[in-house]
Amino acid sequence: MTFRQIAVPCLAILIFLALWEALVWVMGWPNYKMASPSDLLPAYERYWSLFLTMGWQTLWRTVVGLLLAVVFGTALGMVMGFSRTMRDALYPLLVGFNAIPKATVVPIVALMFVGMHDFNTVLIAFMISFFPIAVSVSIGLSTLEPEYRDILRSLGASQSVIFWKIALPKTLPEFFGALKVAVTLAFIGTNLMEIVSPHGRGLGALFDSGKTNSDYPLMFAVLIALAFLGIVLYYVVVALEKVFAGWAERPQG
Amino acid sequence: MTNLIEIKGVRHAYKTAKGPLPVLDGLELSVPEGGFTAVVGPSGCGKSTLTKLVAGLLKPDEGEVWLHGEKVKSPRSTVGMAFQNPVMLEWRSILKNVMLPLEIVPTKLSRKQQEERARYLLALVGLEGFEDKRPSELSGGMRQRASLCRALVHSPEVLILDEPFGALDAFTREDLWQIMHQVKEKEPFTGVLITHDLRESIYLADQVVVLSGRPARTQFTLDVGTKGTRDIAHLYTPEAAAMLAMLRHQIEIAQGRAPAEAPA
Repeated sequence: MTFRQIAVPCLAILIFLALWEALVWVMGWPNYKMASPSDLLPAYERYWSLFLTMGWQTLWRTVVGLLLAVVFGTALGMVMGFSRTMRDALYPLLVGFNAIPKATVVPIVALMFVGMHDFNTVLIAFMISFFPIAVSVSIGLSTLEPEYRDILRSLGASQSVIFWKIALPKTLPEFFGALKVAVTLAFIGTNLMEIVSPHGRGLGALFDSGKTNSDYPLMFAVLIALAFLGIVLYYVVVALEKVFAGWAERPQG
Repeated sequence: MTNLIEIKGVRHAYKTAKGPLPVLDGLELSVPEGGFTAVVGPSGCGKSTLTKLVAGLLKPDEGEVWLHGEKVKSPRSTVGMAFQNPVMLEWRSILKNVMLPLEIVPTKLSRKQQEERARYLLALVGLEGFEDKRPSELSGGMRQRASLCRALVHSPEVLILDEPFGALDAFTREDLWQIMHQVKEKEPFTGVLITHDLRESIYLADQVVVLSGRPARTQFTLDVGTKGTRDIAHLYTPEAAAMLAMLRHQIEIAQGRAPAEAPA
C-alpha cells in the first residue's frame, strides 16, 4: 500500500465528517434531531467498555454467519453450477427465499429458537448473506468455457481434478466480488436480530438502549461503530482477494 | 506400415431437442506415424467433433477410432490438444501453464526435469525470458505458442490442433507456421490440424483431407508430399497454386456450390 492509497480515503472521511459537522451547525439542529461528530466523542468516552464488548459480540457473530454463508453458498453454487437440472430446480426457490425481507423472518426465528440469541443472530446473518455467494459460484462454474474442461479431460483428469485445478481458481474473482457484498449484508442481518430481540446483545442492542433512553449521540455513535466494523471486514476480504485472486487484476495503463 | 491414427466408417449424431443431428457419416481417415494431416471443410461440418473422437472425449455412434493399434474408448494421456482459444490459466505463470499436463499424466520425470522440459519447449518457440510472466502480459500469438508447448510437454503421440491460428493476424500466423516446422523437426509428433485456411493446410501438412458438408464424410484426399520445401515462398509457386485451386474446388463441392464430378 502506498501513502496515496491510505491518504486519499482518510482525507475523504475527514471531509465527510467536516461537512456533517457544518451541516448540523448551519441548520442549528439540536442533538436529538441530528447528532454531530463532535457529540460522538463524549458518547464513545462514556460507553467505551460497552462499545468494546458489544462490538466484539456483533463482530464474531457476523463473521461466523459469514463463514457459514461461504461454506453453504459455495456448496450450493457448486451443485447449481455443475448440474443444469439442479440449477433449474433451485433458482426459483432461491430467488423467492431472497425476496422475503429478512426483517420479517427475524421475529419468526426469535420465536422458533427462544433464548438462543447467539444462534439466532448467526442464523439471520447467514440467511441474508449466502445468496450472492451461491449465485456467483454457480455462474462462475456454469460459464466455464468447454475448452478448459477438454484440455484436462483429454489427459484423463477426473471431475474433481478439473474442479480443483481449473473451475475453482477460475471462479475466485466472482466469488470475492460476491463476498464483498455478503460482508455488508451479514452486518445488516446481525443487527436486525440484535435490535429486534429483547435483552439482545451486540451493537444493535446498544443502539436499542440508546433509543429507549433518548440518548441520540449514543445511537449515532453506534451507527458509526457499525460502519467502522463494516469497513474493517471489507478490507480483510480485499486483502484475501489480493492473495488468492490477485492475478485477475490487470495492471493499470 | 501401420497407421498411428485410423478412423474407420465413423458415424456420429448429436442429440438435440429436435432429434438427432447427424454430424459425421462414414468418415475415413488414416495418419501414418510422424504424418501431419490437415482437415478442411465447410463451417460447421463436424471438424471439431473429429478432434473429440480422436482425443477420446466422444464415443462414435458407429465405426471405430484406433490409436497406435488400440481402440479408443476413453481419453488417453498420449494426446495433446491446442485450440483456437489458447485456454491459458490466468492465475499461473507461463511456465506453470506449460507444466500443467505433467501434473495429470503419470510421468517418470523428476520435478526438476519437468521444469527443464517446459523451459526447453518455451525456448524452442521463442518464448525464452517469458517463463515467469502471466498469460495476460503476453500477446495473442505468444499465448498460442505457450499453448502449443503445453500440448507437447508430455511428449504425446498425437497432437491435435483445432484451428490454433484462426484468431491471429496474417503475419503472426505465418510466424507460427514456421515455428510449427521447427518444432516438428526437434519434437517429432503425429498431427491432425483442423483449419479453414487452405494455404496453411498445404504449408504445414503432408496430407490434406476435405470433408463434405454436414453430415461429413471424407470427400477428397490430397497428398501434398513431404519432399516440398518448407520455405514460405513455396506457397507462391505454380505447383502450390494448382494444389490450392484443387482444394478450393473441392470445398465448393462440399458447400454445394459446384457440381460433383461424375465418378470415373
